[in-house]
Amino acid sequence: MTTARIPLLHRYANPAAFGRLSGQILPWTAGASAILLALGLYFALFSSPPDYQQGESVRIMYVHVPAAIMSEIVYGLMAAAAAAGIIWKHALADLFVKAAAPLGAAFTFLCLVAGSLWGKPMWGAWWVWDARLTSELVLFFLYLGYLALVDAFDDPQRGLRAGAILVLVGVVDLPIIKFSVDWWNTLHQPASLITMSGPKMDKSMLLPLMLMIGAFTTFFITVVLMRLESELLARRIRAWRTAAGDE
Amino acid sequence: MSAAFALFLHDLKLQFRHGSDLVAPLAFFVLAVLMVPLGVGPEPNLLARLAPGMLWITALLATLLALDRLFQRDFEDGTLDLLALAPMPLELIVLAKVAAHWVTTGLPFMAIAPILGVMLHLDSASFVTLEISLLIGTPVLSMIGAFGAAVTLGARRGGALLALLVLPLYVPILIFATSAIGAAGEGLSSRPHLLLLASFFAGGIVLVPFAAAAALRNALE
Repeated sequence: MTTARIPLLHRYANPAAFGRLSGQILPWTAGASAILLALGLYFALFSSPPDYQQGESVRIMYVHVPAAIMSEIVYGLMAAAAAAGIIWKHALADLFVKAAAPLGAAFTFLCLVAGSLWGKPMWGAWWVWDARLTSELVLFFLYLGYLALVDAFDDPQRGLRAGAILVLVGVVDLPIIKFSVDWWNTLHQPASLITMSGPKMDKSMLLPLMLMIGAFTTFFITVVLMRLESELLARRIRAWRTAAGDE
Repeated sequence: MSAAFALFLHDLKLQFRHGSDLVAPLAFFVLAVLMVPLGVGPEPNLLARLAPGMLWITALLATLLALDRLFQRDFEDGTLDLLALAPMPLELIVLAKVAAHWVTTGLPFMAIAPILGVMLHLDSASFVTLEISLLIGTPVLSMIGAFGAAVTLGARRGGALLALLVLPLYVPILIFATSAIGAAGEGLSSRPHLLLLASFFAGGIVLVPFAAAAALRNALE
């Protein structure tokens, strides 16, 4: 067991070791995601009560809130991986940032669209320029900026590193999104899930929400592992091509 | 330190010798602002309402114009490699470049902004706040812009990319600068907004050189 001496952080920097691990995890997260999504959607759409004020449109929450949470968590993970990539030159960390970015962008877009659809019946407007919405929109553009930057270099490694630096700079937006509803008077409601006194929500609504958050999380893990594997394969193909004198 | 100052003067001298480099952002600033009354109509009340935002938005866009040259020329002719080898830390080089960029963009904007303010019927109580907000805010634009220029160095279609990366990061500056001017116009205190703007300046001058220098090292590898 020679691997035991390698620190945990670096053990899975070896693509083969990572491939074995992700191969073991993938079926489980994929299955969990499918089951959680089916259960979550059933509870969200059929087996949960309509809101006493908002009526049936409260069900948009079961997509909007998990997407919003994921948009921030994914960026946070990308920033942590970017830091690991810069500090320890961890090869897989840089690739993780690239693999996660389109997913983060998609979650952010879904959050904005679902929020907009929810805003029209509740606030009477598709869009308002309050701090929460604006900072989430900025997050979306940060994702897009990263995606444009990472592919703009002839040397892919250089693109990954430039992107990692950009992700770290953009991390200032995360606390602004989280606390925007406390710092400013926003039309967007303040936090009701993670508060000092626990979730301010009835169990009948909390259950489907938690199921959907679980479904989104496992979906993210599944797809990000698949994307990481394909990135590693693409890199190996590039290396072979270079070795064959193709480029 | 004196080396950084020498680099600052060197950059300024280069900018002044290439006269068009200096004039282009300023001319864009003036022309873009003067498009507003032609576009939305010359009604004084409307223009006064729009003035703070229009002045600041065009200032943002005009700073972008001079950014892609910030490191590009030195990168292409190899000067940047030599600067990186010099004993002076790369962070200090970034600061010298930022300072030179600000003197050729932010400072002229400050000089011309009151005149444009008059033409846009800006509220007379807002002029001092406009100048203070430009004084504190435009250096932050130069700093964030320098980071954007460093991180896109050597990238394909760098110019368009630069705008995409930098404009979202400009959002807080725009918000607090225009709300400071707006508050002054309504007779409220602009102090809290200006203090927040000053905190961006303080945070930027400490953190941006490190981020930009890291990006430059990546480009020079």
